[in-house]
Amino acid sequence: MTTGADCRVAFADTLIELAANDPRIVAVVNDSVGSSNLRGFRTRFPDRLVNVGIAEQNLVGVSAGLAGAGLMPFTCGASCFLTGRALEQVKADLAYSRHNVKLCGMSSGMAYGELGPTHHSIEDLAWTRAIAGMTVIVPADPIETVQAVRAAAAMAGPVFLRISRMGVPAVHDDAYRFAIGRAAQLRRGDDVTLIATGVLVHRVLEAADALSRDGIEATVLNMATIRPLDREAVVAAARRGPIVTAEEHTVVGGLGSAVAEVVVETHPVRMRMLGVPGVFAPTGSSHFLLEHFGLTASGIATAARDLLRDGR
Amino acid sequence: MVHRARMGHPGGDLSAADILAVLYFHVLRIDPARPDDAGRDRFVLSKGHASASLYATLALRGFFSEDLLTTYMRPLSSLNGHPDRNKVPGVEANTGPLGHGLPIAVGLALGARLTQGTWRTFVLTGDGELQEGSNWEAAMAAGQFGLDGLTLIVDRNRLQQGDTTENTVTLDPLADRLRSFGWAVVEVDGHDVGTLVATFEALPAAAGRPTAIVAQTIKGRGVSFIENRVEWHHRVPTDGEMALALGELRDPS
Repeated sequence: MTTGADCRVAFADTLIELAANDPRIVAVVNDSVGSSNLRGFRTRFPDRLVNVGIAEQNLVGVSAGLAGAGLMPFTCGASCFLTGRALEQVKADLAYSRHNVKLCGMSSGMAYGELGPTHHSIEDLAWTRAIAGMTVIVPADPIETVQAVRAAAAMAGPVFLRISRMGVPAVHDDAYRFAIGRAAQLRRGDDVTLIATGVLVHRVLEAADALSRDGIEATVLNMATIRPLDREAVVAAARRGPIVTAEEHTVVGGLGSAVAEVVVETHPVRMRMLGVPGVFAPTGSSHFLLEHFGLTASGIATAARDLLRDGR
Repeated sequence: MVHRARMGHPGGDLSAADILAVLYFHVLRIDPARPDDAGRDRFVLSKGHASASLYATLALRGFFSEDLLTTYMRPLSSLNGHPDRNKVPGVEANTGPLGHGLPIAVGLALGARLTQGTWRTFVLTGDGELQEGSNWEAAMAAGQFGLDGLTLIVDRNRLQQGDTTENTVTLDPLADRLRSFGWAVVEVDGHDVGTLVATFEALPAAAGRPTAIVAQTIKGRGVSFIENRVEWHHRVPTDGEMALALGELRDPS
Protein backbone atom coordinates (compact mmCIF):
# COMPACT_ATOMS: atom_id res chain seq x y z
CA MET A 1 0.00 0.00 0.00
CA THR A 2 1.25 3.43 -0.92
CA THR A 3 1.45 5.99 1.80
CA GLY A 4 2.10 9.67 1.52
CA ALA A 5 0.64 13.09 2.02
CA ASP A 6 -3.03 14.09 2.01
CA CYS A 7 -3.39 16.89 -0.57
CA ARG A 8 -6.10 18.53 1.54
CA VAL A 9 -3.38 19.73 3.89
CA ALA A 10 -1.49 21.51 1.12
CA PHE A 11 -4.82 22.85 -0.16
CA ALA A 12 -5.86 24.36 3.16
CA ASP A 13 -2.41 25.75 4.00
CA THR A 14 -2.24 27.46 0.62
CA LEU A 15 -5.74 28.86 0.94
CA ILE A 16 -4.86 30.41 4.30
CA GLU A 17 -1.67 31.86 2.85
CA LEU A 18 -3.56 33.36 -0.11
CA ALA A 19 -6.40 34.65 2.03
CA ALA A 20 -3.95 36.53 4.24
CA ASN A 21 -3.07 38.70 1.24
CA ASP A 22 -6.31 38.68 -0.74
CA PRO A 23 -9.39 39.96 1.07
CA ARG A 24 -11.62 38.66 -1.74
CA ILE A 25 -11.07 35.06 -0.66
CA VAL A 26 -13.81 33.39 1.34
CA ALA A 27 -14.38 29.70 2.01
CA VAL A 28 -17.92 28.41 1.46
CA VAL A 29 -18.88 24.98 2.76
CA ASN A 30 -21.79 22.58 3.09
CA ASP A 31 -21.14 21.59 6.70
CA SER A 32 -17.80 20.25 5.49
CA VAL A 33 -15.39 22.32 7.60
CA GLY A 34 -13.69 19.19 8.89
CA SER A 35 -13.75 17.05 5.76
CA SER A 36 -12.48 20.00 3.71
CA ASN A 37 -9.72 20.49 6.30
CA LEU A 38 -10.79 24.09 6.92
CA ARG A 39 -10.68 24.27 10.71
CA GLY A 40 -7.45 26.22 10.48
CA PHE A 41 -8.98 28.62 7.97
CA ARG A 42 -11.99 29.14 10.24
CA THR A 43 -9.76 29.83 13.23
CA ARG A 44 -7.71 32.32 11.27
CA PHE A 45 -10.60 33.96 9.38
CA PRO A 46 -13.80 33.25 11.29
CA ASP A 47 -15.73 35.91 9.40
CA ARG A 48 -14.66 34.59 6.02
CA LEU A 49 -16.02 31.08 6.29
CA VAL A 50 -19.62 30.71 5.16
CA ASN A 51 -21.42 27.50 6.08
CA VAL A 52 -24.74 27.11 4.27
CA GLY A 53 -25.48 23.74 5.82
CA ILE A 54 -26.17 20.53 3.95
CA ALA A 55 -27.51 22.18 0.82
CA GLU A 56 -25.32 21.93 -2.25
CA GLN A 57 -27.60 23.71 -4.71
CA ASN A 58 -27.71 26.67 -2.37
CA LEU A 59 -23.96 26.28 -1.74
CA VAL A 60 -23.14 26.91 -5.38
CA GLY A 61 -25.84 29.55 -5.90
CA VAL A 62 -24.69 31.49 -2.84
CA SER A 63 -21.13 31.26 -4.13
CA ALA A 64 -22.21 32.83 -7.42
CA GLY A 65 -23.82 35.65 -5.47
CA LEU A 66 -20.71 36.15 -3.37
CA ALA A 67 -18.69 36.40 -6.57
CA GLY A 68 -21.23 38.95 -7.80
CA ALA A 69 -20.36 40.90 -4.65
CA GLY A 70 -16.71 40.98 -5.72
CA LEU A 71 -15.51 38.12 -3.54
CA MET A 72 -13.62 35.02 -4.68
CA PRO A 73 -15.27 32.00 -3.07
CA PHE A 74 -13.40 28.73 -2.66
CA THR A 75 -16.43 26.49 -2.43
CA CYS A 76 -15.63 23.19 -0.79
CA GLY A 77 -17.51 19.97 -0.37
CA ALA A 78 -17.27 16.27 -1.03
CA SER A 79 -16.80 16.11 -4.78
CA CYS A 80 -19.64 13.64 -5.35
CA PHE A 81 -22.20 16.06 -3.89
CA LEU A 82 -20.59 19.31 -4.97
CA THR A 83 -20.70 18.31 -8.62
CA GLY A 84 -23.54 15.84 -8.94
CA ARG A 85 -26.05 17.50 -6.64
CA ALA A 86 -25.38 21.02 -7.87
CA LEU A 87 -24.46 20.40 -11.49
CA GLU A 88 -27.09 22.72 -12.94
CA GLN A 89 -25.90 25.49 -10.61
CA VAL A 90 -22.32 24.79 -11.70
CA LYS A 91 -23.40 25.10 -15.33
CA ALA A 92 -25.75 28.10 -15.11
CA ASP A 93 -24.64 30.07 -12.05
CA LEU A 94 -20.89 29.65 -12.39
CA ALA A 95 -19.80 28.66 -15.90
CA TYR A 96 -22.46 30.30 -18.08
CA SER A 97 -22.49 33.32 -15.77
CA ARG A 98 -18.66 33.42 -15.78
CA HIS A 99 -18.45 33.88 -12.02
CA ASN A 100 -15.10 33.78 -10.29
CA VAL A 101 -15.76 30.78 -8.07
CA LYS A 102 -13.30 27.99 -7.32
CA LEU A 103 -15.09 24.70 -6.76
CA CYS A 104 -12.98 22.42 -4.62
CA GLY A 105 -14.18 18.84 -4.87
CA MET A 106 -12.80 17.07 -1.84
CA SER A 107 -12.30 13.34 -1.33
CA SER A 108 -12.81 12.80 -5.02
CA GLY A 109 -12.59 9.58 -6.97
CA MET A 110 -12.96 6.52 -4.78
CA ALA A 111 -11.32 8.06 -1.71
CA TYR A 112 -14.45 7.17 0.27
CA GLY A 113 -13.99 3.59 -0.90
CA GLU A 114 -15.92 1.60 1.69
CA LEU A 115 -18.79 4.10 1.80
CA GLY A 116 -19.90 2.90 -1.57
CA PRO A 117 -20.76 4.30 -5.00
CA THR A 118 -23.04 7.03 -3.60
CA HIS A 119 -19.91 8.62 -2.13
CA HIS A 120 -17.58 7.88 -5.03
CA SER A 121 -16.99 10.75 -7.37
CA ILE A 122 -15.94 9.02 -10.55
CA GLU A 123 -18.10 11.04 -12.94
CA ASP A 124 -17.03 14.53 -11.86
CA LEU A 125 -14.44 15.06 -14.59
CA ALA A 126 -16.88 14.02 -17.30
CA TRP A 127 -19.55 16.36 -15.94
CA THR A 128 -17.38 19.39 -15.36
CA ARG A 129 -15.28 19.16 -18.49
CA ALA A 130 -18.42 19.03 -20.62
CA ILE A 131 -19.35 22.53 -19.49
CA ALA A 132 -18.15 25.49 -21.54
CA GLY A 133 -15.91 27.89 -19.69
CA MET A 134 -14.85 25.52 -16.95
CA THR A 135 -11.23 24.96 -16.04
CA VAL A 136 -10.71 21.50 -14.55
CA ILE A 137 -7.56 20.72 -12.54
CA VAL A 138 -6.53 17.51 -10.77
CA PRO A 139 -3.33 17.89 -8.75
CA ALA A 140 -1.16 14.81 -8.37
CA ASP A 141 0.70 15.61 -5.16
CA PRO A 142 1.01 18.30 -2.48
CA ILE A 143 3.56 20.33 -4.44
CA GLU A 144 1.23 20.52 -7.41
CA THR A 145 -1.77 21.16 -5.14
CA VAL A 146 -0.10 24.28 -3.73
CA GLN A 147 0.56 25.63 -7.19
CA ALA A 148 -2.83 24.64 -8.56
CA VAL A 149 -4.61 26.51 -5.77
CA ARG A 150 -2.45 29.56 -6.45
CA ALA A 151 -3.08 29.32 -10.20
CA ALA A 152 -6.82 29.00 -9.66
CA ALA A 153 -6.80 32.12 -7.50
CA ALA A 154 -4.69 34.00 -10.02
CA MET A 155 -7.11 33.43 -12.91
CA ALA A 156 -10.55 34.95 -13.32
CA GLY A 157 -13.38 32.52 -13.85
CA PRO A 158 -14.76 29.25 -12.58
CA VAL A 159 -12.40 26.40 -11.76
CA PHE A 160 -13.04 22.86 -10.61
CA LEU A 161 -10.18 21.65 -8.42
CA ARG A 162 -10.37 17.94 -7.76
CA ILE A 163 -8.65 17.15 -4.49
CA SER A 164 -8.12 13.68 -3.06
CA ARG A 165 -7.79 12.52 0.50
CA MET A 166 -5.71 9.48 -0.43
CA GLY A 167 -2.12 9.79 0.67
CA VAL A 168 0.19 10.26 -2.31
CA PRO A 169 3.97 10.46 -2.56
CA ALA A 170 5.53 13.51 -4.17
CA VAL A 171 5.94 13.15 -7.92
CA HIS A 172 7.28 16.67 -8.39
CA ASP A 173 10.18 18.44 -6.75
CA ASP A 174 10.32 22.01 -5.56
CA ALA A 175 11.58 23.20 -8.94
CA TYR A 176 8.32 22.10 -10.58
CA ARG A 177 6.25 24.85 -12.14
CA PHE A 178 2.59 24.04 -12.72
CA ALA A 179 0.79 25.92 -15.48
CA ILE A 180 -2.90 25.59 -16.28
CA GLY A 181 -3.37 23.70 -19.53
CA ARG A 182 0.15 22.32 -19.69
CA ALA A 183 1.05 18.67 -19.22
CA ALA A 184 4.18 17.88 -17.23
CA GLN A 185 6.52 15.32 -18.75
CA LEU A 186 7.92 13.29 -15.88
CA ARG A 187 9.81 10.72 -17.89
CA ARG A 188 10.92 10.35 -21.49
CA GLY A 189 10.76 7.19 -23.61
CA ASP A 190 9.88 6.37 -27.19
CA ASP A 191 7.93 3.12 -26.94
CA VAL A 192 4.69 4.18 -25.29
CA THR A 193 3.21 7.20 -23.51
CA LEU A 194 1.49 6.82 -20.17
CA ILE A 195 -0.82 9.73 -19.38
CA ALA A 196 -2.31 9.99 -15.91
CA THR A 197 -3.94 12.49 -13.63
CA GLY A 198 -4.29 12.92 -9.87
CA VAL A 199 -3.53 10.01 -7.58
CA LEU A 200 -2.72 7.76 -10.55
CA VAL A 201 0.36 9.73 -11.58
CA HIS A 202 2.75 8.13 -9.10
CA ARG A 203 1.41 4.69 -10.02
CA VAL A 204 2.09 5.37 -13.67
CA LEU A 205 5.64 6.40 -12.82
CA GLU A 206 6.10 3.09 -11.01
CA ALA A 207 4.65 1.30 -14.03
CA ALA A 208 7.18 3.06 -16.26
CA ASP A 209 9.98 1.82 -14.00
CA ALA A 210 8.67 -1.73 -14.33
CA LEU A 211 8.39 -1.43 -18.11
CA SER A 212 11.92 -0.09 -18.31
CA ARG A 213 13.19 -3.21 -16.58
CA ASP A 214 11.66 -5.13 -19.50
CA GLY A 215 13.31 -2.84 -22.01
CA ILE A 216 10.18 -0.79 -22.74
CA GLU A 217 10.77 2.92 -22.40
CA ALA A 218 7.73 5.04 -21.61
CA THR A 219 7.07 8.75 -21.66
CA VAL A 220 5.02 9.73 -18.62
CA LEU A 221 2.77 12.77 -18.71
CA ASN A 222 1.00 14.23 -15.72
CA MET A 223 -2.12 15.72 -17.26
CA ALA A 224 -3.16 17.85 -14.30
CA THR A 225 -5.42 20.08 -16.36
CA ILE A 226 -8.26 18.16 -17.95
CA ARG A 227 -9.82 21.29 -19.45
CA PRO A 228 -8.34 23.06 -21.30
CA LEU A 229 -6.42 19.96 -22.36
CA ASP A 230 -2.81 20.24 -23.50
CA ARG A 231 -3.51 19.20 -27.10
CA GLU A 232 0.07 19.70 -28.20
CA ALA A 233 1.35 17.26 -25.62
CA VAL A 234 -1.24 14.69 -26.69
CA VAL A 235 -0.44 15.08 -30.38
CA ALA A 236 3.29 14.75 -29.65
CA ALA A 237 2.59 11.57 -27.68
CA ALA A 238 0.46 10.14 -30.50
CA ARG A 239 3.23 10.79 -32.99
CA ARG A 240 5.60 8.74 -30.83
CA GLY A 241 3.29 5.73 -30.51
CA PRO A 242 0.55 4.09 -28.47
CA ILE A 243 -0.99 5.77 -25.44
CA VAL A 244 -2.23 4.42 -22.13
CA THR A 245 -4.35 6.69 -19.95
CA ALA A 246 -5.01 6.10 -16.27
CA GLU A 247 -7.49 7.89 -14.06
CA GLU A 248 -9.40 7.37 -10.82
CA HIS A 249 -12.63 8.00 -12.72
CA THR A 250 -15.00 6.20 -15.04
CA VAL A 251 -13.47 5.63 -18.47
CA VAL A 252 -16.57 7.31 -19.89
CA GLY A 253 -15.87 10.97 -20.43
CA GLY A 254 -12.81 11.61 -18.31
CA LEU A 255 -9.09 11.94 -19.04
CA GLY A 256 -8.97 8.99 -21.42
CA SER A 257 -11.89 10.32 -23.44
CA ALA A 258 -10.39 13.79 -23.53
CA VAL A 259 -7.10 12.41 -24.83
CA ALA A 260 -8.87 10.15 -27.34
CA GLU A 261 -10.86 13.10 -28.71
CA VAL A 262 -7.59 14.76 -29.66
CA VAL A 263 -5.92 11.58 -30.88
CA VAL A 264 -8.67 10.57 -33.31
CA GLU A 265 -8.79 14.05 -34.81
CA THR A 266 -5.07 14.47 -35.22
CA HIS A 267 -2.94 11.33 -35.28
CA PRO A 268 -4.91 8.14 -34.58
CA VAL A 269 -2.97 5.58 -32.57
CA ARG A 270 -4.00 2.65 -30.46
CA MET A 271 -4.95 3.53 -26.91
CA ARG A 272 -5.79 1.71 -23.72
CA MET A 273 -7.98 3.67 -21.31
CA LEU A 274 -7.65 2.58 -17.71
CA GLY A 275 -10.12 3.64 -15.08
CA VAL A 276 -13.38 2.39 -13.66
CA PRO A 277 -14.90 0.46 -16.57
CA GLY A 278 -18.39 1.87 -16.55
CA VAL A 279 -19.60 0.08 -13.43
CA PHE A 280 -20.40 0.94 -9.84
CA ALA A 281 -17.56 -0.20 -7.63
CA PRO A 282 -17.91 -3.05 -5.16
CA THR A 283 -17.25 -2.60 -1.45
CA GLY A 284 -13.67 -1.97 -0.45
CA SER A 285 -11.08 0.56 0.56
CA SER A 286 -9.82 3.06 -1.97
CA HIS A 287 -6.57 1.12 -2.32
CA PHE A 288 -8.45 -2.14 -2.74
CA LEU A 289 -10.64 -0.63 -5.43
CA LEU A 290 -7.72 0.80 -7.39
CA GLU A 291 -6.19 -2.67 -7.35
CA HIS A 292 -9.53 -4.26 -8.24
CA PHE A 293 -9.74 -2.15 -11.39
CA GLY A 294 -6.11 -2.71 -12.33
CA LEU A 295 -5.09 0.82 -11.45
CA THR A 296 -1.78 -0.26 -9.95
CA ALA A 297 1.77 -0.07 -11.25
CA SER A 298 1.62 -3.71 -12.33
CA GLY A 299 -1.84 -3.36 -13.83
CA ILE A 300 -0.82 -0.30 -15.81
CA ALA A 301 2.42 -1.95 -16.96
CA THR A 302 0.52 -5.05 -18.06
CA ALA A 303 -1.93 -2.91 -20.04
CA ALA A 304 0.98 -1.13 -21.75
CA ARG A 305 2.67 -4.43 -22.63
CA ASP A 306 -0.60 -5.83 -24.02
CA LEU A 307 -1.17 -2.71 -26.04
CA LEU A 308 2.34 -2.86 -27.53
CA ARG A 309 2.03 -6.56 -28.30
CA ASP A 310 -1.49 -6.32 -29.80
CA GLY A 311 -0.67 -3.17 -31.66
CA ARG A 312 2.30 -4.53 -33.52
CA MET B 1 -41.75 41.44 -28.27
CA VAL B 2 -43.32 38.02 -27.75
CA HIS B 3 -45.56 38.58 -30.76
CA ARG B 4 -42.62 39.55 -32.95
CA ALA B 5 -40.41 36.71 -31.70
CA ARG B 6 -43.26 34.20 -32.00
CA MET B 7 -42.07 32.89 -28.68
CA GLY B 8 -42.08 33.88 -25.03
CA HIS B 9 -44.00 33.89 -21.79
CA PRO B 10 -46.59 36.67 -21.92
CA GLY B 11 -48.61 35.64 -18.86
CA GLY B 12 -45.70 35.87 -16.44
CA ASP B 13 -44.33 38.96 -18.18
CA LEU B 14 -47.54 40.84 -17.47
CA SER B 15 -47.97 39.65 -13.88
CA ALA B 16 -44.49 40.97 -13.05
CA ALA B 17 -44.60 44.22 -15.00
CA ASP B 18 -45.91 46.49 -12.25
CA ILE B 19 -43.40 45.14 -9.75
CA LEU B 20 -40.52 45.68 -12.19
CA ALA B 21 -41.71 49.20 -12.95
CA VAL B 22 -41.82 50.15 -9.27
CA LEU B 23 -38.41 48.59 -8.61
CA TYR B 24 -36.59 50.16 -11.55
CA PHE B 25 -38.25 53.57 -11.48
CA HIS B 26 -38.59 54.13 -7.75
CA VAL B 27 -36.74 51.67 -5.54
CA LEU B 28 -33.43 50.51 -6.96
CA ARG B 29 -30.34 52.66 -6.46
CA ILE B 30 -28.85 52.08 -9.89
CA ASP B 31 -27.20 54.15 -12.58
CA PRO B 32 -27.78 52.98 -16.16
CA ALA B 33 -24.54 54.74 -17.12
CA ARG B 34 -22.60 52.60 -14.66
CA PRO B 35 -24.26 49.17 -14.69
CA ASP B 36 -21.22 47.56 -13.03
CA ASP B 37 -20.90 50.08 -10.21
CA ALA B 38 -19.77 48.04 -7.21
CA GLY B 39 -22.21 49.71 -4.83
CA ARG B 40 -25.36 49.35 -6.96
CA ASP B 41 -28.47 47.70 -5.61
CA ARG B 42 -28.75 44.17 -6.97
CA PHE B 43 -31.93 42.87 -8.60
CA VAL B 44 -32.15 39.24 -9.62
CA LEU B 45 -34.99 38.11 -11.87
CA SER B 46 -35.28 34.51 -10.80
CA LYS B 47 -38.23 33.90 -13.10
CA GLY B 48 -35.96 34.40 -16.09
CA HIS B 49 -38.72 33.52 -18.51
CA ALA B 50 -40.17 36.98 -17.85
CA SER B 51 -37.23 38.30 -19.82
CA ALA B 52 -39.36 40.41 -22.15
CA SER B 53 -40.64 42.43 -19.19
CA LEU B 54 -37.12 42.79 -17.77
CA TYR B 55 -35.60 43.88 -21.08
CA ALA B 56 -38.38 46.38 -21.72
CA THR B 57 -37.91 47.78 -18.22
CA LEU B 58 -34.14 48.02 -18.57
CA ALA B 59 -34.47 49.75 -21.95
CA LEU B 60 -36.98 52.26 -20.65
CA ARG B 61 -34.73 52.89 -17.64
CA GLY B 62 -31.88 53.69 -20.03
CA PHE B 63 -29.60 50.66 -19.79
CA PHE B 64 -29.75 50.19 -23.56
CA SER B 65 -31.62 51.43 -26.59
CA GLU B 66 -35.27 50.53 -27.00
CA ASP B 67 -34.39 49.62 -30.60
CA LEU B 68 -32.63 46.54 -29.26
CA LEU B 69 -35.97 45.18 -28.05
CA THR B 70 -36.95 44.39 -31.63
CA THR B 71 -34.16 41.78 -31.71
CA TYR B 72 -35.65 39.79 -28.83
CA MET B 73 -34.79 36.11 -29.42
CA ARG B 74 -33.65 36.82 -32.97
CA PRO B 75 -30.52 34.94 -34.12
CA LEU B 76 -27.38 36.30 -32.40
CA SER B 77 -29.34 38.89 -30.41
CA SER B 78 -27.99 39.72 -26.95
CA LEU B 79 -31.59 39.37 -25.80
CA ASN B 80 -31.91 35.64 -25.21
CA GLY B 81 -35.18 34.11 -24.15
CA HIS B 82 -33.59 34.09 -20.70
CA PRO B 83 -31.24 36.87 -19.57
CA ASP B 84 -27.44 36.78 -19.77
CA ARG B 85 -25.51 39.10 -17.46
CA ASN B 86 -22.51 39.04 -19.76
CA LYS B 87 -24.49 40.29 -22.73
CA VAL B 88 -27.09 42.67 -21.34
CA PRO B 89 -26.22 45.70 -19.19
CA GLY B 90 -28.24 45.73 -15.98
CA VAL B 91 -28.82 41.98 -15.84
CA GLU B 92 -27.40 40.51 -12.62
CA ALA B 93 -27.91 36.77 -13.07
CA ASN B 94 -28.19 34.18 -15.83
CA THR B 95 -31.49 32.70 -14.80
CA GLY B 96 -33.85 30.42 -16.64
CA PRO B 97 -33.71 27.15 -14.75
CA LEU B 98 -36.06 27.81 -11.85
CA GLY B 99 -34.94 27.99 -8.25
CA HIS B 100 -31.59 29.63 -8.98
CA GLY B 101 -32.28 33.28 -8.24
CA LEU B 102 -32.88 33.15 -4.50
CA PRO B 103 -29.62 31.31 -3.69
CA ILE B 104 -27.71 33.82 -5.81
CA ALA B 105 -29.49 36.69 -4.07
CA VAL B 106 -28.59 35.23 -0.67
CA GLY B 107 -24.96 35.26 -1.80
CA LEU B 108 -25.22 38.86 -3.00
CA ALA B 109 -26.79 39.97 0.28
CA LEU B 110 -24.26 38.04 2.33
CA GLY B 111 -21.52 39.52 0.17
CA ALA B 112 -22.71 43.02 1.04
CA ARG B 113 -22.34 42.17 4.70
CA LEU B 114 -18.90 40.56 4.28
CA THR B 115 -17.54 43.47 2.26
CA GLN B 116 -19.27 46.26 4.21
CA GLY B 117 -21.15 47.02 1.00
CA THR B 118 -24.18 49.29 1.27
CA TRP B 119 -26.24 47.80 -1.51
CA ARG B 120 -29.57 46.09 -1.02
CA THR B 121 -30.52 42.89 -2.81
CA PHE B 122 -33.88 42.15 -4.39
CA VAL B 123 -35.04 38.97 -6.06
CA LEU B 124 -38.28 38.30 -7.90
CA THR B 125 -39.41 34.69 -8.08
CA GLY B 126 -42.47 33.14 -9.59
CA ASP B 127 -44.77 31.24 -7.28
CA GLY B 128 -44.78 27.87 -9.06
CA GLU B 129 -41.01 28.20 -8.99
CA LEU B 130 -41.13 27.81 -5.22
CA GLN B 131 -41.75 24.12 -5.79
CA GLU B 132 -38.01 23.91 -6.48
CA GLY B 133 -36.29 22.78 -3.28
CA SER B 134 -33.28 25.01 -3.80
CA ASN B 135 -35.46 27.99 -2.82
CA TRP B 136 -36.08 26.50 0.57
CA GLU B 137 -32.40 25.77 1.09
CA ALA B 138 -31.79 29.44 0.38
CA ALA B 139 -34.74 30.58 2.50
CA MET B 140 -33.37 28.65 5.47
CA ALA B 141 -29.91 30.13 5.01
CA ALA B 142 -31.25 33.68 4.66
CA GLY B 143 -33.19 33.24 7.89
CA GLN B 144 -30.17 31.75 9.62
CA PHE B 145 -27.94 34.61 8.50
CA GLY B 146 -30.56 37.24 9.33
CA LEU B 147 -30.09 38.96 5.98
CA ASP B 148 -32.20 42.08 6.38
CA GLY B 149 -30.61 43.53 3.27
CA LEU B 150 -32.42 40.90 1.22
CA THR B 151 -35.94 41.27 -0.15
CA LEU B 152 -37.76 38.47 -1.92
CA ILE B 153 -40.77 39.38 -4.02
CA VAL B 154 -43.00 36.44 -4.95
CA ASP B 155 -45.07 37.01 -8.06
CA ARG B 156 -48.06 35.14 -6.63
CA ASN B 157 -50.17 34.79 -9.75
CA ARG B 158 -51.29 31.32 -8.65
CA LEU B 159 -50.72 29.75 -12.07
CA GLN B 160 -47.88 27.65 -13.39
CA GLN B 161 -47.24 26.16 -16.81
CA GLY B 162 -49.78 23.38 -16.59
CA ASP B 163 -52.37 24.31 -13.97
CA THR B 164 -52.94 26.35 -10.84
CA THR B 165 -50.19 26.11 -8.24
CA GLU B 166 -52.65 24.78 -5.70
CA ASN B 167 -53.86 21.99 -8.01
CA THR B 168 -50.26 21.06 -8.73
CA VAL B 169 -48.30 21.18 -5.50
CA THR B 170 -49.85 23.58 -3.04
CA LEU B 171 -47.86 26.58 -1.81
CA ASP B 172 -50.31 27.92 0.75
CA PRO B 173 -50.05 28.97 3.45
CA LEU B 174 -47.12 30.63 1.71
CA ALA B 175 -46.69 33.55 4.09
CA ASP B 176 -46.70 31.25 7.11
CA ARG B 177 -44.22 28.94 5.47
CA LEU B 178 -41.82 31.80 4.82
CA ARG B 179 -42.30 33.16 8.35
CA SER B 180 -41.41 29.76 9.76
CA PHE B 181 -38.12 29.98 7.85
CA GLY B 182 -37.25 33.21 9.66
CA TRP B 183 -38.58 35.79 7.22
CA ALA B 184 -40.65 38.90 7.81
CA VAL B 185 -43.55 38.61 5.39
CA VAL B 186 -45.77 41.27 3.89
CA GLU B 187 -48.69 40.42 1.62
CA VAL B 188 -49.65 43.07 -0.90
CA ASP B 189 -51.54 43.63 -4.12
CA GLY B 190 -48.81 43.27 -6.71
CA HIS B 191 -50.54 45.65 -9.08
CA ASP B 192 -51.18 48.45 -6.57
CA VAL B 193 -48.29 50.77 -7.28
CA GLY B 194 -48.90 52.94 -4.23
CA THR B 195 -48.87 49.95 -1.89
CA LEU B 196 -45.78 48.51 -3.55
CA VAL B 197 -43.94 51.81 -3.17
CA ALA B 198 -44.91 52.11 0.48
CA THR B 199 -43.86 48.52 1.15
CA PHE B 200 -40.46 48.97 -0.45
CA GLU B 201 -39.93 52.25 1.37
CA ALA B 202 -40.55 50.52 4.69
CA LEU B 203 -37.84 47.88 4.17
CA PRO B 204 -36.71 45.87 5.96
CA ALA B 205 -40.07 44.81 7.32
CA ALA B 206 -38.28 43.61 10.47
CA ALA B 207 -34.74 44.33 11.64
CA GLY B 208 -32.46 41.32 11.45
CA ARG B 209 -34.70 39.32 9.13
CA PRO B 210 -34.97 38.99 5.38
CA THR B 211 -38.22 40.37 3.99
CA ALA B 212 -40.58 38.48 1.71
CA ILE B 213 -43.20 40.43 -0.17
CA VAL B 214 -45.89 38.06 -1.34
CA ALA B 215 -47.34 40.07 -4.21
CA GLN B 216 -50.79 38.89 -5.19
CA THR B 217 -50.86 39.27 -8.94
CA ILE B 218 -52.89 38.29 -11.97
CA LYS B 219 -51.13 36.32 -14.65
CA GLY B 220 -51.63 38.15 -17.93
CA ARG B 221 -52.59 41.34 -16.07
CA GLY B 222 -54.13 44.02 -18.25
CA VAL B 223 -55.33 41.88 -21.15
CA SER B 224 -58.78 40.43 -20.57
CA PHE B 225 -58.38 37.29 -22.63
CA ILE B 226 -54.95 36.48 -21.19
CA GLU B 227 -55.71 37.16 -17.54
CA ASN B 228 -55.79 34.04 -15.38
CA ARG B 229 -55.68 31.72 -18.36
CA VAL B 230 -53.18 28.93 -17.87
CA GLU B 231 -52.61 28.43 -21.60
CA TRP B 232 -51.10 31.91 -21.86
CA HIS B 233 -48.05 30.85 -19.87
CA HIS B 234 -46.21 30.62 -23.18
CA ARG B 235 -48.79 31.18 -25.90
CA VAL B 236 -48.02 33.69 -28.62
CA PRO B 237 -50.75 36.16 -29.60
CA THR B 238 -52.05 36.19 -33.16
CA ASP B 239 -52.04 39.49 -35.04
CA GLY B 240 -55.66 40.06 -34.11
CA GLU B 241 -55.06 39.21 -30.45
CA MET B 242 -52.06 41.49 -30.45
CA ALA B 243 -54.11 44.44 -31.65
CA LEU B 244 -56.78 43.74 -29.06
CA ALA B 245 -54.20 43.38 -26.28
CA LEU B 246 -52.43 46.63 -27.14
CA GLY B 247 -55.77 48.39 -27.25
CA GLU B 248 -56.68 47.17 -23.78
CA LEU B 249 -53.28 48.05 -22.37
CA ARG B 250 -53.36 51.56 -23.86
CA ASP B 251 -56.90 52.22 -22.75
CA PRO B 252 -57.76 50.14 -19.69
CA SER B 253 -61.45 50.34 -18.93
